[in-house]
Amino acid sequence: MDSASSELATHVPLRSTIDTGLKIVVVGGFGVGKTTMVSSVSEIRPLSTEETMTRAGIGIDDAGGVADKFTTTVAFDFGRITLNDRMVLYLFGAPGQERFWFLWDRLFSGSLGAVVLVDTRRLADSWYAIDRLEHHRMPFIVARNIFDGAQVHPLEHVRDALDLAADVPLIDCDARRRDSCKTTLITLVDHLYTLSSAAQENAP
Amino acid sequence: MNPRPLDHEDPDRLYTVTGGRSRADENSLDLVTLIVSECDSAPGMQSEYVRIIEMCARPMAVAEISAALRLPISVVKILLCDLLDAGQVTARNPAAAAPAQLPDPKTLKQVLVGLRKL
Repeated sequence: MDSASSELATHVPLRSTIDTGLKIVVVGGFGVGKTTMVSSVSEIRPLSTEETMTRAGIGIDDAGGVADKFTTTVAFDFGRITLNDRMVLYLFGAPGQERFWFLWDRLFSGSLGAVVLVDTRRLADSWYAIDRLEHHRMPFIVARNIFDGAQVHPLEHVRDALDLAADVPLIDCDARRRDSCKTTLITLVDHLYTLSSAAQENAP
Repeated sequence: MNPRPLDHEDPDRLYTVTGGRSRADENSLDLVTLIVSECDSAPGMQSEYVRIIEMCARPMAVAEISAALRLPISVVKILLCDLLDAGQVTARNPAAAAPAQLPDPKTLKQVLVGLRKL
């Protein structure tokens, strides 16, 4: 897990004509399948990196007056899809936990959109993510990852449980399967296309 | 999952590679801004600069550079700003929509065509 050999295996250069980088974020709780989804569609072995941020400890218990600042570190995985001679799409798997949202603007503003990956056994994990995406006005779809042996409820029950608006696409996916992940991404971009076309028609 | 090598990183090293600075012009660089070298590395250059210049012979996104160097995104941005200022690399900026603004339908159509070919 170290040094030149793994770097070589991972670093497949982009075509020299590529000039536009785009990003989509897959948001979900721990163990929901984000990294699996990224792996399934990525043309490179998924990479991992981190961002750190120091911020004032507002609302944090006083640690004996020593720490009036603390550092937030968020790790995230990502993969890559070359779309054509000019465009490359990066797919970021982002942890949904609270501290991550402090870094949203810095890392993920300007994303095309987001996929919220949910595990119906832990739906509550997704509420916060959906609330934050709405707050940031980031368009998204919800994909239910089908786990082996998990009880499958009708999707409409999931929509109710998540209190999801009728116009937000909600689909099933299998994060282990490339074709299923591809369909999930196409569903998101189709949704974005619909929103963007409508916005353009309504523009003054 | 998610090894956290940087949790054990010596803060002094992060301080040293950036020359003690803590801020870059963050607005100019995104996770997916593509960096391209405009020169060869020269003897005596700091090793992180050398590696960036060598890696970016072909376009490479800021996030990929960060992963390869095992340095946090914000530290990599500081290093990249130095190289940009010196003209040793250039940045191909993403067609960055303003935050909270939808990308235009034409771009999205191209993304759809690319995804369907997967």
